[in-house]
Amino acid sequence: MSAVTTADPPASAAAGARRRRRRGRWNPPLISGLVLFGLIVACALCAPLLTSQDPIKQNLAQAFLAPGAPGHPLGTDSFGRDVLARMLYGARTDLQVGVLAVVSPFLIGSLIGLVAGWFGGWIDAVIGRVVDVVIAFPFLVLVIALVFAIGPGTTSIYVAITLVGWVAYCRIVRGQMLVAKEQEYAMAARASGLPTWRILLRHLLPNVVLQAVIFSMSDIVLTLLAIVTLGFLGLGVPPPTPDWGTMIQEGQQFILTKWYMSTIPGLAVVITGLALALIADGIVERANQ
Amino acid sequence: MRYLVYILKRLVSLIPVLLGISFIVFFLIRLIPGDPASTLLGVHATPQAIKELRDQLGLSKPLLGQYLTFLGHLLQGNLGYSYVYGSSVLGLITTSLPATIWLLVSGTVFTLLIAVPLAVVAAARRNGILDNIIRAVPVVGLGLPSFWLGIMLILAFGLKLGWFPVAGYGTTLADHLRGIVLPGITIALTLSPILIRSLRASMIDVLNSDYIVTARSKGISTARVVFGHALRNAAVSSVAVLGVNIAYLTGSTLVVERVFSLPGIGEQMISSILGRDFPTVQGVTLTFAIMVVIVNLLTDLTHAALDPRVKLS
Amino acid sequence: MTPPLLEVRDLHVDIPMPYGRLHAVRGVSLSVDIAESVGLVGESGSGKSLTLRALLGLLPRPARIVSGTILIDGEDVTGLSAKQLKRRLTDTMSMIFQDSLTALNPVMRVGDQIAEVPLRKLGKSRSEAKAIAVGLMREVGIADPERRYQLYPHELSGGMRQRICIAIALSTKPRLILADEPTTALDVTIQAQVLGVLRQLKQEEQVGLLLVSHDLAVVSQTCSRLYVMYAGKVVESGDLVDLVTAPRHPYTFSLLRSVPDPDKRVARLLTIDGRPPDLTDPVTGCSFAPRCPFAEDACREAEPELAPAGSARLSACRRVDTAQRWTAMVEQEVSQEAVSRQ
Repeated sequence: MSAVTTADPPASAAAGARRRRRRGRWNPPLISGLVLFGLIVACALCAPLLTSQDPIKQNLAQAFLAPGAPGHPLGTDSFGRDVLARMLYGARTDLQVGVLAVVSPFLIGSLIGLVAGWFGGWIDAVIGRVVDVVIAFPFLVLVIALVFAIGPGTTSIYVAITLVGWVAYCRIVRGQMLVAKEQEYAMAARASGLPTWRILLRHLLPNVVLQAVIFSMSDIVLTLLAIVTLGFLGLGVPPPTPDWGTMIQEGQQFILTKWYMSTIPGLAVVITGLALALIADGIVERANQ
Repeated sequence: MRYLVYILKRLVSLIPVLLGISFIVFFLIRLIPGDPASTLLGVHATPQAIKELRDQLGLSKPLLGQYLTFLGHLLQGNLGYSYVYGSSVLGLITTSLPATIWLLVSGTVFTLLIAVPLAVVAAARRNGILDNIIRAVPVVGLGLPSFWLGIMLILAFGLKLGWFPVAGYGTTLADHLRGIVLPGITIALTLSPILIRSLRASMIDVLNSDYIVTARSKGISTARVVFGHALRNAAVSSVAVLGVNIAYLTGSTLVVERVFSLPGIGEQMISSILGRDFPTVQGVTLTFAIMVVIVNLLTDLTHAALDPRVKLS
Repeated sequence: MTPPLLEVRDLHVDIPMPYGRLHAVRGVSLSVDIAESVGLVGESGSGKSLTLRALLGLLPRPARIVSGTILIDGEDVTGLSAKQLKRRLTDTMSMIFQDSLTALNPVMRVGDQIAEVPLRKLGKSRSEAKAIAVGLMREVGIADPERRYQLYPHELSGGMRQRICIAIALSTKPRLILADEPTTALDVTIQAQVLGVLRQLKQEEQVGLLLVSHDLAVVSQTCSRLYVMYAGKVVESGDLVDLVTAPRHPYTFSLLRSVPDPDKRVARLLTIDGRPPDLTDPVTGCSFAPRCPFAEDACREAEPELAPAGSARLSACRRVDTAQRWTAMVEQEVSQEAVSRQ
């Protein structure tokens, strides 16, 4: 009933609302996500402190040690490399690529979306067509094809993900822009005769970018998945650099007898994904306050 | 009649998208650093072979001319010849496409079987215990790598329990059906988390809408309210939600085929990449995009058939 | 004496909120006779719509009936099993809503929505049900009903859709129609037409009407008796003419005067500032006292009960001279202003 919204909240309700607002700012998903993600990042950063093993050095005499072996808490892989060290250094690789690979699609996509939404007309139509075309490709398929064409390596992964990933941000920001430019503050800014770039960057961007930021949180999860998947398919970060996807793939051949070889890096991906998803959820909740 | 016109119009509107797709696929080869012909053939290639490939790819012609030649071949169904097998790429794709379609269909079916009931339950018992659990699923499931999930399912249901084959999908229909279950469930389990949240939201919209109150005020049976009024509206929103995730669904077949050694176009793409078989990679990439376009079209047509508010003209 | 068609005694409806319980309806009693048109007026949030929805068991979640008795033809139906109760209520009453676009199923032909009750509940054949639906459409003044039967809600105008809603309401052969702001979403001309249909039904079909509205003009065109609700309670009731000519409760007085007045100056003077109280807190004293220009200490101490105030009149205000005092106040203000302008 409208009574709920129109009535003046009495003292007790006001306190409740304050409580709820405070909970919204630092809500449980956000806190637990940040703590979990912080731990993972700390592990990755402190890798040399947490293990003295070299993640790349092979020792075939010590291959296939089960978790719990002396000096190798998580065992060794088929080349006798220490799994714990590979997990920790793998976290460095995957997190770095995952986070960085979201930055340029975010910037480029948001900027193009801003332009398309503001100017409309033929500019918008052309950009819209390009977006339609890129979106017709499954994300992973086009990324793989691009990585293949450009050649293996971390740089081509960045380039490929940027070339495919910008469209999502473009769509989000364009949609927000169409609404925002009809708002009174946008009209007022326009009427004041400010230069267009200033209106766009100073007045409109801050208002339209929130949804893109929210999306970028879950996009990091999807990008991380894409990178790990590339590693699994043998198209990711080139060996011998440790990477969780490659580790899962190497373990798959021995799945019946050495089930933990694939399971451990897989769980690491799931937990990292969970941490990021919790942060994304928390940010959405916070934005909804 | 109006529906037929709508289909035609929708088909015509696909032309620019298809042209764009073909251009991107064509352009892939221009992204190869240095001289594509020598890169493709590797260090041991003879200058003779490189020159032949250059001519075959038309690399000496201007860009637009090259594209028009490529497009011309495409329209005749000529996707080039595989460097590895020597056979036509189109032939390779048509042999491997059925497995992918099987996987896509079973993935969609399992996704609907998992996501729709859970979304309905969550929406109907809003804020209940079950709803809170179901709402937590997307958070946990978002970062679930499909290939890892597939390996785990193979370990549990293929190797330990022996219920389903570990790899491939045989040659008979019965084999196909048995072999497609685990891959389909793998796709469904990775796609459902994304779907459940938006499905739940649209189910809540449907269940809370005024027309459901109107229907209840008529005094007809609850079953009639659900099946006569809620279900079709729920289907409309489900189709719309599913449509948004079609490309994602199609892309995940690639990885799942690899894990389960299904002889589909995704598996074809990976092995072609590892064999540096450029024409096949191009052909498969094109096929994937066309599949997404077709599935999107089917989603739109279904939506238009279910929802009279979609403007047909 | 025949018992009234519908009688409600001491209805309480609560809405659980994150920070407490909202007592949205606090002991409402009302009755409607056979073929009578009764209005239920109050501003939004007064609990009038919830009262109406509670009568058909259609409360939106999480609102629920805490207590109360419903009598149909003098028989207490609250003791019936849930299934029988629903049957009894929906057989007797049906409902029309404010927003006809959302109240109609968007993916079902409007004709089929009217034919649903004859087909699914009354056991008619498909062609009979269709004939009944077409007949009802004609009855509510829809021209060319055979063609319009096939249309979807979004293809009709607002007034046409509201007629469809009335036809749906009539399809259950009700003896009473509950109408929740049925004309608020329509413009004035269409509004008059739809109200005309409702009046005509009462005369020709002996269908009663319980009309909820915030708009006294609409109610006075249609109803012969009024209940005025404020903060979840009925604060005054009586015959339309009595109530309009001599309101007893200051809230009724303010409602009457909030009908657009050509003399803007006086209208401004009569507008009551403030908002209804928050019903999550227990109410002490008269719930209108904080906004009432004549409130005294006694008003703030105990909440006044409805008490007889003349023939077939009830009022929850302790005073009897509201109208006179208010008129005096207004005249004084106006004359002062006239003096200061000279």
